Amino acid sequence: MTDLETFRRETRAWLEANCPAEMRTPPDDEEDRCWGGRNWKFKNEAQKQWLEVMAARGWTVPDWPKEFGGGGLSKDETKILREEMRAMKCRSPLDSFGIWMLGPALLKYGNEAQKKEHLPKIARGEIRWCQGYSEPGAGSDLASLQTKAEDKGDHYLVNGQKIWTSYANYADWIFCLVRTDPKAKKHEGISFLLFDMATPGVETRPILLISGKSPFCETFFTDVKVPKENLVYTLNKGWDVAKYLLTHERDMIGGMGLGGGRPLGQIAAQSIGVENGTLADPLLRADIAEFDVDAFAFALAMERAGDMMKTKQAHPAYSSFLKYYGTELNKRRHELVMSSLGSDGLEWESERSAEGDAPRAWLRTKANSIEGGTSEVQLNIISKRILELPGA
Amino acid sequence: MALVLTEEQSMLRDSARGLVADRAPIAHLRKLRDSRDADGVSREIWKEFAAMGFAGILAPEDHGGSGLGHVEAGVVMEEIGRNLTPSPFLSTAILGATALKRAGGVRSGDLLSKLSAGDLLLALALDEKPKHTPKHIETKAARSGNGFTLSGAKTFVVDGHIADLLIVTARTAGGADDKDGVTVLLVDPKAKGVSIERTIMVDAHNAARITFDNVAVDADAVLGEIDAGAPLVEAILDAGRACVASELVGLSEEAFDRTVAYLKERKQFGKVIGEFQGLQHRASHLYCELEVTRAAVLKALQMLDTDADKARPYVAVAKARACGSADLAVREAVQMHGGNGMTDAIDIGLFMKRARVCQELFGDARFHANRIAKIRGY
Repeated sequence: MTDLETFRRETRAWLEANCPAEMRTPPDDEEDRCWGGRNWKFKNEAQKQWLEVMAARGWTVPDWPKEFGGGGLSKDETKILREEMRAMKCRSPLDSFGIWMLGPALLKYGNEAQKKEHLPKIARGEIRWCQGYSEPGAGSDLASLQTKAEDKGDHYLVNGQKIWTSYANYADWIFCLVRTDPKAKKHEGISFLLFDMATPGVETRPILLISGKSPFCETFFTDVKVPKENLVYTLNKGWDVAKYLLTHERDMIGGMGLGGGRPLGQIAAQSIGVENGTLADPLLRADIAEFDVDAFAFALAMERAGDMMKTKQAHPAYSSFLKYYGTELNKRRHELVMSSLGSDGLEWESERSAEGDAPRAWLRTKANSIEGGTSEVQLNIISKRILELPGA
Repeated sequence: MALVLTEEQSMLRDSARGLVADRAPIAHLRKLRDSRDADGVSREIWKEFAAMGFAGILAPEDHGGSGLGHVEAGVVMEEIGRNLTPSPFLSTAILGATALKRAGGVRSGDLLSKLSAGDLLLALALDEKPKHTPKHIETKAARSGNGFTLSGAKTFVVDGHIADLLIVTARTAGGADDKDGVTVLLVDPKAKGVSIERTIMVDAHNAARITFDNVAVDADAVLGEIDAGAPLVEAILDAGRACVASELVGLSEEAFDRTVAYLKERKQFGKVIGEFQGLQHRASHLYCELEVTRAAVLKALQMLDTDADKARPYVAVAKARACGSADLAVREAVQMHGGNGMTDAIDIGLFMKRARVCQELFGDARFHANRIAKIRGY
């Protein structure tokens, strides 16, 4: 038996023994996941226990180095762990922007002190991070951001406004893009700062969305003092860090296209009924089947992308493909959920509707193809960098 | 298994690419078409395929084959797709070899040796309706004496007019749509009562209509089990579907590459048309569709090699995706080539024609999406 086969067998046995039964069902929505942080309230004992045993093993971030709270696993071992978790339907023990976005950027661009300070706390779910990127005037054209940080000798003084800051009202720290050289070209005067959201002068205001929920905030900075050691990488080179981090964000959002949740065929069969062994609405059945084909294939494309990255065959802009395709697929899935549920799916508040989960989730997905770079921006990137079309 | 080609498979791709592009590029298809070649394929080039080990790619080594898997067969199919090459590869090396290998027995072994040497061409006579309906078999093989009397009509028989032996699905019991009662027979195309009409297809690749009028067939002509041939037929078809999906991948990518190159060269309104965002976004979307399909097709081929019992949904997804993305690729290719795309002088329209045929072959996107729905119980 090869080492990897042994690893797979041992991993399966360990997960079987350590993953609580309640953590082997898909989470209902984003709020049913474990996000961690200073003020986190676990939904139940199982969620707490699952985070603790996984963090102790370094498996909330299996491929990070052990010295920073990771599992020190190879890419092959990480893939096996994920496969085994999927097979057993284990939930992710910890979801966080620290894991998906900041961590990889710090591993590449952070200094030793920053890695030692921040990475273990991310791995254990002790600090919850948010992302200060978009501004009211800087959406798709992110590099035109205006929030400024002035050098005041021993600290930076940050003033400005961010928007679409996911869960800023729950976050403990922020990683933030700021303008440090207003005279330079727009990509060349940006820096990447980390600071505590409890610092005086930071204010968050949740934005009420069409889903009736407020996962995003407006975030205001008024004379916020940030210690100099919280600058990541080089002054005015923050765009390099930002771009690198965005590719990870795109992978994460693109992964939503993997669906999860109940199969559409089941949802529709329960709602509409079955005649002679097939869904009673033949045209809806055809749409669902077409979706299932695409979602099945996209999951394989994600798998292939991982293997291409391991063998260095992936184009650096490949994540734009995954982000574009995965988010469009997820939107399609939720349209089909709504079509399957009919008028039941329109109930916003009612006894049967579980607080309007279906319509709220449907509306939430509309942001998927906007956040992290719109679908149109991804297509621009593919045109320019992969297809090398002129003037793109 | 990683979802990328191994080093050996990449090397095989390079040598297949060299051979096919050198010996059987699109000019070869045009020559066969324009000269109304009687065979519709080049027997000389087929011998070269055999010498490279491609005729017997799936055949075991003790029968002169290469003993390779579906991934390798798919790699060759992709190059065939890129060059729109008319070749017995699908009918003989994939469908024929799978049938003989699965059926087993001394005779099959001998035939596999001949096949690997490039001395035996086969054709699968399966479809009876204009849309692929493999479960519907009216062709009857009635028992008579030691063997059978075969009657019925088959259509869309690829390479039917050049085959040395026909692999025929026939009903030996039950009604036209029953799963049981199907038997697979090896039939001599020169036998009395067999009539073959070569049909010139839109893509200038081979196909035939074949009728059997009380054809006497010996008992030893049975491949596999009498009345229980359905699993054998499914195995032949799934190998064929995955490999046609590979052909579609190659064809789509070549059409796409040519289109992107055209976008960078054709000028209108004083700029190259590739500068227009309206075209850029369509090209990029198409790129994404092709990437998704490529993953699905490679996975299906791998599953046929490593876990054949579980391959069915993977093959259905691969063929459905390959049909869908090829359809988009060739429609965009012709449209983006503008008026040039409508001419026979440039090749792009030939891709559209071949894609149409490959879509119908062994089930189109709807057929396979329907299979997925059935597998998932809705």
